[in-house]
Amino acid sequence: MDVIMKHKSENEEPILKIKDLKVYFDTDDGVVKSVDGVDLQIMKGKTLGLVGESGCGKSVSCLAIPGLVPSPPGRIAGGEIIYKGRNLLDLPEKEMEVIRGNDISMIFQEPMTSLNPLFTIGDQIKETIMLHQKKGKAEAHELTLQMLGKVGIPSPAVRINDYPHQMSGGMKQRVMIAMALSCTPEILIADEPTTALDVTIQAQILDLMQSLQDEFGMSILLVTHDLGVVANIATDVAIMYASRIVEYGKVEDIFGNPRHPYTLGLFTSIPVIGKRKENLYVIPGSVPNPLAFPAGCKFWPRCLFAQEICKVNEPLLEEVKEGHKAACHFKTSIDKYVWNEKTETSSFLI
Amino acid sequence: MINENNINELHHGLAVEVSRFSEGWRIFKKNKLALWGLIIFAVFFMVAVSGLFLTTGDNPVLDPSKVRLSEKLLKPFTTVDMEMIKPGDQPLFGTYLLGTDDLGRDIFARMMQGAWVSLTVGFVAVGISVLIGIIMGGIAGYYGMYRIKLIHVLFLIAFFCSMVFLASGQRGLAVNSALLSLLFAVISVIYNYFSLKVNRGPAILNILFFDTFTVDTLIMRFVDVMLCFPSFFLILTIVAILPASIYNIMIVIGLTSWMGTTRFVRAEFLSLREQDFVSAAKVMGIPDLSIIFRHMIPNAAAPVLVSAAIGVADAILTEAGLSFLGFGVPPPHATWGNVLSDGKRFLFDAPWLTYIPGLSILVVVLSFNLFGEGLRDALNPKLRKR
Amino acid sequence: MLSFTIRSFFQKLVTLFFISIISFLVVYLAPGKPSQIDPLNPKFTPQDLVRFQKEFNLDKPLHIQYYLYYKNLFTGQLKSWKDNQPVMGKVYERFLNSLWLFIVGTVITWCLSFPIGISAAIRRGSVFDRSTTFLSYVLISVPGFFFAYILIIFVVKTFDVPVIGMQTFGMSNAENIYQIMDRVWHLVLPSILGALGGIALLSRYVRAQMLEVIHQDYIRTARAKGLSTDMVYYKHGFRNALLPFVTMFGLILPGVIGGSVITESIFAWPGMGRMGYEAILARDYPIILTLNFIVAVLVLIGTFISDLLYMVVDPRIRL
Repeated sequence: MDVIMKHKSENEEPILKIKDLKVYFDTDDGVVKSVDGVDLQIMKGKTLGLVGESGCGKSVSCLAIPGLVPSPPGRIAGGEIIYKGRNLLDLPEKEMEVIRGNDISMIFQEPMTSLNPLFTIGDQIKETIMLHQKKGKAEAHELTLQMLGKVGIPSPAVRINDYPHQMSGGMKQRVMIAMALSCTPEILIADEPTTALDVTIQAQILDLMQSLQDEFGMSILLVTHDLGVVANIATDVAIMYASRIVEYGKVEDIFGNPRHPYTLGLFTSIPVIGKRKENLYVIPGSVPNPLAFPAGCKFWPRCLFAQEICKVNEPLLEEVKEGHKAACHFKTSIDKYVWNEKTETSSFLI
Repeated sequence: MINENNINELHHGLAVEVSRFSEGWRIFKKNKLALWGLIIFAVFFMVAVSGLFLTTGDNPVLDPSKVRLSEKLLKPFTTVDMEMIKPGDQPLFGTYLLGTDDLGRDIFARMMQGAWVSLTVGFVAVGISVLIGIIMGGIAGYYGMYRIKLIHVLFLIAFFCSMVFLASGQRGLAVNSALLSLLFAVISVIYNYFSLKVNRGPAILNILFFDTFTVDTLIMRFVDVMLCFPSFFLILTIVAILPASIYNIMIVIGLTSWMGTTRFVRAEFLSLREQDFVSAAKVMGIPDLSIIFRHMIPNAAAPVLVSAAIGVADAILTEAGLSFLGFGVPPPHATWGNVLSDGKRFLFDAPWLTYIPGLSILVVVLSFNLFGEGLRDALNPKLRKR
Repeated sequence: MLSFTIRSFFQKLVTLFFISIISFLVVYLAPGKPSQIDPLNPKFTPQDLVRFQKEFNLDKPLHIQYYLYYKNLFTGQLKSWKDNQPVMGKVYERFLNSLWLFIVGTVITWCLSFPIGISAAIRRGSVFDRSTTFLSYVLISVPGFFFAYILIIFVVKTFDVPVIGMQTFGMSNAENIYQIMDRVWHLVLPSILGALGGIALLSRYVRAQMLEVIHQDYIRTARAKGLSTDMVYYKHGFRNALLPFVTMFGLILPGVIGGSVITESIFAWPGMGRMGYEAILARDYPIILTLNFIVAVLVLIGTFISDLLYMVVDPRIRL
C-alpha cells in the first residue's frame, strides 16, 4: 500500500509551488496578516481544494498567485510562488500580464458583478483571446463561439451578442469559465465559483468544471467553504484556519483520517442525512480577529484538546505520514474516536 | 463546562463591537483636513458670537458704523491719530487692527459684525431648507406610493388659485376659488362617509375619485421644476423685488435650496422602509409617525447632516454674492460681502479691503466644506472599507 | 424606445408648464409693484401710471396677464418695459455674447476635469491626489468675485493688459487679426474664472465615480484576463465611470446665466447674466421672466438629450 502511494506521488509533479507566502494588509487599526506563511502545491492536472471559514485568508492567497492583491492596502510581505521555475512574485508587471489569463486564469465568486455591464459577453471573451493568442477578429469570434458551446450555453451564435444583464447567474458563471479557459491555461483558480448560485446550478457548474478539466488537462485550485464540493471534485485538500494551512493531504486522507481538531470540527458540524442527532456540533467561538491572534496555536481558544503547550507554542505544519501534514501538537494522538467522545460529553454546551 | 472565564477565553481576540458614533469619530479624526475644518468652524462660531455682543448696544466696544473721515483708507495695524478725532471715537486698543475703509470705519469691527451675519444666514437658511427637505423627502419616501384622487387634485388647484388671487389683491376671484375648493372638500368628505356606510358611493361621483398620479410623482416633479431654475438668478430676482432685509435673504436662500435634501431623504427612506427593523416595528403596531421619527429619521440623519454642512458653505457664499451685487443686507449693517463690495473701488489703493473679507469668506466656507466631506467619509460605511 | 421618447417629451412639457406658472408668480406676486418703478420721478404722473398699466396689461386679472404674457412671448411681441424694444431680439443678442463664454468655459472644464479626476482616483492617496483634492476644495470655497479681483490684480500687474469688457476700446479700426486676438484675450479671463469652479466640482465627481468603478469586480476580472493597467482603467473603467456624467449634461446649462451674473458684471461682459442683473435693477419684469423661462427651457432640452444619450450609452436601459 505504502509503496503504491509512494510510487504514485513520485509520478505527480507540482505545477505551482507556494512557499511561506505572506500577504499583509495595512489598515487603520494595524497590520492584518491575512496570509501568514502558507505552503501549498498544485499538482499537474489535479484539483486542490482550499477549505476554510470566511476571512481565513483563502481568497487572498488565491489573489496573490496572479498578483491581484489590491495594493494598497495589501502587500506581499514574503514568500515565493514558483511557476515553471520562475518566482511570480518577482516578475515585473509586464510579464505578469502575459501570464494572467493565458497561463493562470481565474473565476470569481460573484458572476453577477464580475462581468463588465457595458460590453457584450462576446466582446469580453474575444478581448482575452485577441490579447494572448494574437488572433484576428474573425478567428477570435470563431473560438469564442466554440468556447461558449463547450461551457453549455445554448445557441451561442445568438447569446454572443448578449450583455451580462440579459443572462442568469449560472449563465454568467459559464461565461466566466469560457473566458478563463479561452486561452487554455495551465492553472484555473476558482474562488468560490458556486457560492452565489442556486444549489442545482452549483452541481452543473462543478460538473462542467470537471469535464473541462478532463478535456483541457488544466490544474484547478478550488476555493470553497463547502466540504461536499471538495469531496466531489478535489484530489488534494488544504484546510486553512486563521491565515495558515492547518492540514494538507490527499482527499482520502483528510476525509478518512483527519488529524487536526479544526478539520474534525468541520466534519462533525456537517449534518448527516439519516443520522439523528439531538444537537449538531458547532465549533465554539468564532474566527479570531486577525489583528489580535491568540498566542501559540491560533485555534486553542476553540479547541477541545487545548493544553498549556498550545497556548505558548505554535505548532508547525509537519507530516503525519507521507503526503499528509497537520499543524497540531497532538496530531498523532487525536483521531475520530477520541473526538467523538469529547464532542458527546460537550454537546450540552451548545 | 463553560463558565464566565471560558466565555471570556472564547471571546479572546475577537473583534470588539464599536458603536457607530465612536467609529465615525475615529475615522473623522484621522482626516486632518476635516479636523481643521471643525476647529476653524469652532473658532468662527466664537468670533461670530463675540462679534454679536461687541458690536451691538448703544455704546458698543467695537463700533462698526462710526465714520471718521480723517482716518480713511488706513492700512492694517495703524495706530489712531488722537488729534484728528473726537475722544471716544477711537477703536479698541487705539489701533485699526485691519485698517479702515473709505469712510474711516474700523474694518475689524465691521468684520466682527459681519461674522455674525454670515453665521446666521448660513444656519437659518440651511435650517429652513433641511426642514422642508426632510418633510418633502419623508413624505415622498414613506407615503410616496399612495395615489392622489382626482378630486384632491382639483381641491389643491382651487385652493392654490384662491391663495394666489388673494395675494394679488383680486378679492372676487379669490373668494370664488375658495368656495370651489370648499365644495370639493365637502364632496370628498360626503363620498367617503357614504362609501363607508353603503360600501359604494354615488355612481356619478366615481369619476371624481379616479386615481391620478402618486404622491411621489407630485413631489419629485416639483423638485425637477425647482431644479430647472437658475438658482442664483432666481434668488437675486426675489431678493431684489422684496424689501431689503437679512431675514428675507435667509428665507429665500432656504426656499430655493431644499431640493438636494429632499432627494437624499427620499432615497434613504425608500431603502429604510424595506428594511427588517421597520417591518418589525410595523408588525408590532407602532404608529407611522413614531416609526418615522424614532426609527427612520435617525438613520437618515447622516446624508442630511453632510448636505447641511455643505449647504451652510453655499449659503454663506450666496449671501456674500448678493451683498457684493448690492442686494444683500441693507447698510449700514456690515457683512463680509458688502465690505468687499465697498472695497472693490479701491482695489489697487487699498487691497486689504478686498483681501481681508475675501480670505475670511474663503477660510470659513472652506472649513465647512472640509468638515462636510470628512463627515461624509466618516458616516458612510461603504466608503469606509476602502 | 419611441414610446419612452414621447413620454419623456410630454413629461418635459408638463414640467415647463409648471415652470411658467411659478416663474410668473414669483415675479408678479412680489410686494414691489412694477407700477411703482420710480415714485420719485416727477415726470411719472398718475395718468402715466394708468397708461403704463394699460399698455402692459397690468390692469387685467392675474390669469389673463399670465395668458397674455406667454402669448406675447411666443409670438415675439413681448416688449421690454424699459425701452419698449422686443425682448426676444435683445435676449438673442446677449445670448450670443454669453454663448462664447459658456462654450469656452465648458470646454476647458470638461477637458481638464476628466484627466485630473481620473489620475487622482488611480493614484489615490498620492501627493497629486491630495493636492488636487485640497485645491478643489479651495476653488469650490472661494467667492467668485473675490477670486476675479485677485486674477485681475495679477493679470493687470504682470501683463499690463486690459481685461474688462469684450474688446479694448478704440480697436474697431485695427486690422482683423488684432481685433480677433483682442477678443480672444478678453475671453480668456472670464471663461477661466467660470471654468475653475466647474473644474473643481467636476473633477471631484469624476474622482469619486472612478474610485467607485475601480473597486468593482469586473475591473478585477479585466486584470485577471491579463489586460494592461491602462487598458483596464481606460477601456473597462472609464466607460463605466462616464455614465453618470451623461446626466450632468442637462444640469450644466443653467450656468449660461446663473453662474455668470457675477462674472459678467465684474468683467462688464454684455451677456445674459449681466442683462438679467440690469433688468433686476430696472425691475424690467418681461426680461427677468423671459430669462428665467429660457434657462428652464434649455435645462429641459438638456435633460431630454441626456435621457436619450443614456439609452444609447447604457445597454441595461432599453425602454
